[in-house]
Amino acid sequence: MRLPGLILATWLIMALAGVMPWLEPNRVSLPEIFMLPSTAHWLGTDELGRPVLDRLLSGAGVSLLVAFTTVIVSAVIGITVGLTAGYFGGLTDRVISRLIEVFLAFPGMLLAIAMAAMIGPGIDNVIIALATMGWVGYARLVRVQVLSLRDREHVLAAIALGRTDLAIMRRHLLPLVMAPVWVEASFGVAGAVVAEAGLSFLGLGIQPPDASWGGMIRDGVRYLLVAPHLVLAPGIALFLVVLAANLFGDALRDRLDVTSRSRP
Amino acid sequence: MRSLLEQLLDTLIVLFGVSTLVFLLLVLIPGDPVDVVLGESAQAADREAMRTALGLDRPLWERWGAFYLDLLRGDLGDSLLRRQPVGALILQRLPATLQLAAAAFVLVLLVALPLGVLAARHRGRWPDRLAQTFALVGVSIPNFWLGPLLVLLFSVALGWTPVSGNQEPGSLILPALTLGLSMAAITTRMVRSSLLEIESQHFLRTARCKGLSEGAVMWRHSLPNALLPVITVLGLQLGGLLAGAVITEVVFAWPGLGSLMVDAIHQRDYPVVQGVVLVIALGYVLANRAADLLVGRLDPRIAGKA
Repeated sequence: MRLPGLILATWLIMALAGVMPWLEPNRVSLPEIFMLPSTAHWLGTDELGRPVLDRLLSGAGVSLLVAFTTVIVSAVIGITVGLTAGYFGGLTDRVISRLIEVFLAFPGMLLAIAMAAMIGPGIDNVIIALATMGWVGYARLVRVQVLSLRDREHVLAAIALGRTDLAIMRRHLLPLVMAPVWVEASFGVAGAVVAEAGLSFLGLGIQPPDASWGGMIRDGVRYLLVAPHLVLAPGIALFLVVLAANLFGDALRDRLDVTSRSRP
Repeated sequence: MRSLLEQLLDTLIVLFGVSTLVFLLLVLIPGDPVDVVLGESAQAADREAMRTALGLDRPLWERWGAFYLDLLRGDLGDSLLRRQPVGALILQRLPATLQLAAAAFVLVLLVALPLGVLAARHRGRWPDRLAQTFALVGVSIPNFWLGPLLVLLFSVALGWTPVSGNQEPGSLILPALTLGLSMAAITTRMVRSSLLEIESQHFLRTARCKGLSEGAVMWRHSLPNALLPVITVLGLQLGGLLAGAVITEVVFAWPGLGSLMVDAIHQRDYPVVQGVVLVIALGYVLANRAADLLVGRLDPRIAGKA
């Protein structure tokens, strides 16, 4: 748990550093193009002479913001839908289950790409596109658990005491279904970071000149031969963050003893 | 196991939902789609023609009905820019994507099965740790970064493979590797955990007690049982493979469905985008159903009840 924690903390610090006013992620300086890492520019400069380190920090903020907002929005929608389906059952459950099935029938990234293509680029739209594919996992997870908890004695007792449906869902069901949700959310952060970078790589996410890791890789690929650091720097950052989030999810799963999921 | 008829009905309902969702994607385009396609300075007559071509002059439910009637006839509409039916464009590009996906799939099987078996047999020792590390790294490397890295290493530094395109022999290797790595990683993990899960079963103890060698136990008793859940997961991942192909094809300028879709996105050729999404999603649903059917066939416990 220590190493992933360290990487995730670094990510947070980078994101905070990324909004500092003295950074110049968009400062074009044509005499300084394609400089290799040096003491003046720790990570070198890109094809427009912009400092790669500043852009990397600025991109850290974007990926952090997008990842956490996406996961929170997805989880809130998914938990609400899953609780509703599992608790009320019957026709509500049948309709919602079909809906979940239809969304699961899409490869997630494909749906996100299609959404982003239709509603256009930009940070808000990226979050919308990613949440469109993200909520399903939580909904399915929560629904299945609520179905098995629905007839527990403490729930029946609450119903007998005349508690409102909302109160029962919030006080008596929600706390019991959260463990796997936390695990799903850690993997969700990894997924959202990759997906945001993927959309930006395709030109459907964060728009230039603003920096994002995926966009930096996309631009850098063209200069792979002259300036490999343009692709290496954002790629390594991306890889480490995703690795850390996955490790974190694994550790959390072991600790909370959540068993058998189809993904790693 | 539900009857074949029930499963078929189920599949049809899902397919109906999926295609409705794809239809609704077009409705999401903000503002006037005609502006988006033609630009705001377009002539009124052109705008009207485009409006009719897109079917925007009709109410939503009517367009929806027309969409289905066309779909049933196998008509995916026409490209806005290329004056060609979307279906024809997709058929042109489909073979390249299938070739890439098939190569990646073979790679996955070649890597994941041996590695997963090795890891399970040497649980806790170095082959296991190697496989676990591979699995973790594999799922954490984004394919649009892995692709350029592989090009840098194998094409530029070593000169073994072509940089992009699909004209030369050997050009399939790097794209397939890029596309297949994360799936190989997930599958390795699945094979390992699936083998370990049945390790405690009585029939394995019986097999060992009657004097079978470890190899025979593995091949005759462990693997056939452990592979059933793996097949289900492989089916699920086929969809990921098709969606991942979108990005991989862009990285390597591979002329398949993915590059067709991304080009169409940038040209705002929405019917083409819609068509590709639909075809990939349908392929995904069918792959999953096929995996379910296969598991049903292979597993006598399920097949017996059918």
